[in-house]
Amino acid sequence: MPAEHAFPDSAARAAAGGFETEKMSLSMGPSHPSTHGVLRIQLELDGEVVTRADPVIGYLHRGDEKIAENMTYNQFVPYTDRLDYLAPLANNMAYAIAVERLAKLEVPPRCQATRVITAEMARISAHLLGLGAFGIDVGAWSVFMYSFTEREKLYRLFEELTGARFTTSYARIGGSSRDVPEGWTGRVAAFCEQFLPRLEEILNLLTRSKIFVDRTVGIGVISKEDAIAYGLTGPNLRGSGVPLDLRKDRPYCGYEQYEFDVPVGTRGDGYDRYLVRGEEMRQSVRIIRQAIAKFPSGPWYAEDAKRIFAPPKDKVLTSMEELIQNFMIVTEGPQMPAGEVYFEAENPKGALGFYIVSKGGGVPWRLKIRAPSFCNLSILPKLCVGAMVSDVVAILGSLDFVMGECDR
Amino acid sequence: MPRALEALAALKGRWAGVADRASLDHPAVNVPAADLLAVLKSLKEEHGFDMLTDVSGVDWAAGARPRFTVVYHLFSTRSHEYVRIAADCADDAAPEVPSAVGLWPGADWHEREAFDMYGIRFSGHPDLRRILMWEGYPHYPLRKDFPLAGIETILPDAEVVAETKTGAIAAPMMGGPFVAHSGGINLTDAEPRAKDESWTERRPKPGA
Repeated sequence: MPAEHAFPDSAARAAAGGFETEKMSLSMGPSHPSTHGVLRIQLELDGEVVTRADPVIGYLHRGDEKIAENMTYNQFVPYTDRLDYLAPLANNMAYAIAVERLAKLEVPPRCQATRVITAEMARISAHLLGLGAFGIDVGAWSVFMYSFTEREKLYRLFEELTGARFTTSYARIGGSSRDVPEGWTGRVAAFCEQFLPRLEEILNLLTRSKIFVDRTVGIGVISKEDAIAYGLTGPNLRGSGVPLDLRKDRPYCGYEQYEFDVPVGTRGDGYDRYLVRGEEMRQSVRIIRQAIAKFPSGPWYAEDAKRIFAPPKDKVLTSMEELIQNFMIVTEGPQMPAGEVYFEAENPKGALGFYIVSKGGGVPWRLKIRAPSFCNLSILPKLCVGAMVSDVVAILGSLDFVMGECDR
Repeated sequence: MPRALEALAALKGRWAGVADRASLDHPAVNVPAADLLAVLKSLKEEHGFDMLTDVSGVDWAAGARPRFTVVYHLFSTRSHEYVRIAADCADDAAPEVPSAVGLWPGADWHEREAFDMYGIRFSGHPDLRRILMWEGYPHYPLRKDFPLAGIETILPDAEVVAETKTGAIAAPMMGGPFVAHSGGINLTDAEPRAKDESWTERRPKPGA
């Protein structure tokens, strides 16, 4: 509901001879189904209309940045799984590239292509869940079931590649934990083949659904200027019509080789953000297909990085030099130069940034995680004012945030 | 010349205190806290760095001079470049820099986080309170002198404490840093261990 339709406040109404009313305070969350985790919003209501919203975050704060300062670079990889836990492969990659920038290390094309394929699969998986949950929030239950069927297929592929369905921990500094299994890219291509028609089915359930359109069009409108001023990134920024995609604008990991379009919205409302996510999945399939079509052979880890990437296990068990190398990397960590880097990757939720301050050695002095969900949620106090309580649910669904990343 | 370098060169010409900062990737400068707001404003309005992507506190360890630095990363949605702006806090006991909320409303939460984690105050911030930890928490957890395992702390609400008999306890296992610096730390001390273990093979059991 636009702000001008909101009821005048109680004092003004009393002065006009109306009823005396008072504001009600409502604590929404931290275990409310529409807050997608443990977000709590302290709402102040005038009837059904929100007059003030104060998000309370930190329920999932684990001190990841403190932990990072106390372990080697490789040991922190599993913690990145638990940031945006709907797209762990994309987090792994963003973190590994940030540390590799610090080491001035380039991974070989085969590793880059694997990272691109996995990151785009993670994007599809994250957006599927985002849309499914958004559907549930506004009353379209069945979408969730269909999208989870597709996510299950992705999880099988993740498991085959990394050994884990959910917490993949796939990236290593200077490479991956293992090479792509025989025939895996073919199975990914087969998934893409059957996924596109299924995606159309899923999107058809929402795009023209009267209920979905009514609940999202014109709700939670973010202007271009606000989106930039609040540091929004990802589909939330592009939904407002800002064509900013780090994969295009600051290409990393070989994204410049692939052809894809960056969808943008026009009105910046919840419906536009939904459309952007839907289209991004189609573009991800395009990228995956191109990456598979010219999937490079050759090494899958940086072979010249002797002080960073651990040698193959069979060599460790048979050769003295590799045994020492492996021991040093495991106990002291990959050796990094002193200095500062900041790297942002275009993750499903937006720009996931790592600011690393190194004093040399195998441990970061400071590792700051710039979480897209944290920045995306900071606009909530502005977005909710003037909305109805039920619109708050639709706004939250359209922002598609993850508290694991927001609270770190 | 890339726009970021051009912008920083212009800043250095205009403010005497602005100096180059060592960086492995993006152009970076150090800015005195007094000039910080003017510099950020100039970057935003004259040089097109319209997006504040990150504000991060850094603790250079107890006793370091200066101890705290606030690092800003700005991004230009037009030229797609980053710049890094760092401002040292003059007073180590009560670190403070001016708040950028007036320039970017998105700075609000970032600055609250830096205050929450490091105790850095942002003068002019409209609502500087804790964000990840709860209101009334007495420590600054990302400071280097805060232990990894945490510190036992009572909860702020006496009623909740009386009802649930709980509080914030330190982690049940001590240890860390979990990395072997050659010759630096004693690895036996770094091993994960139960907190109440008052003796090891190196330290005799008390009273034995």
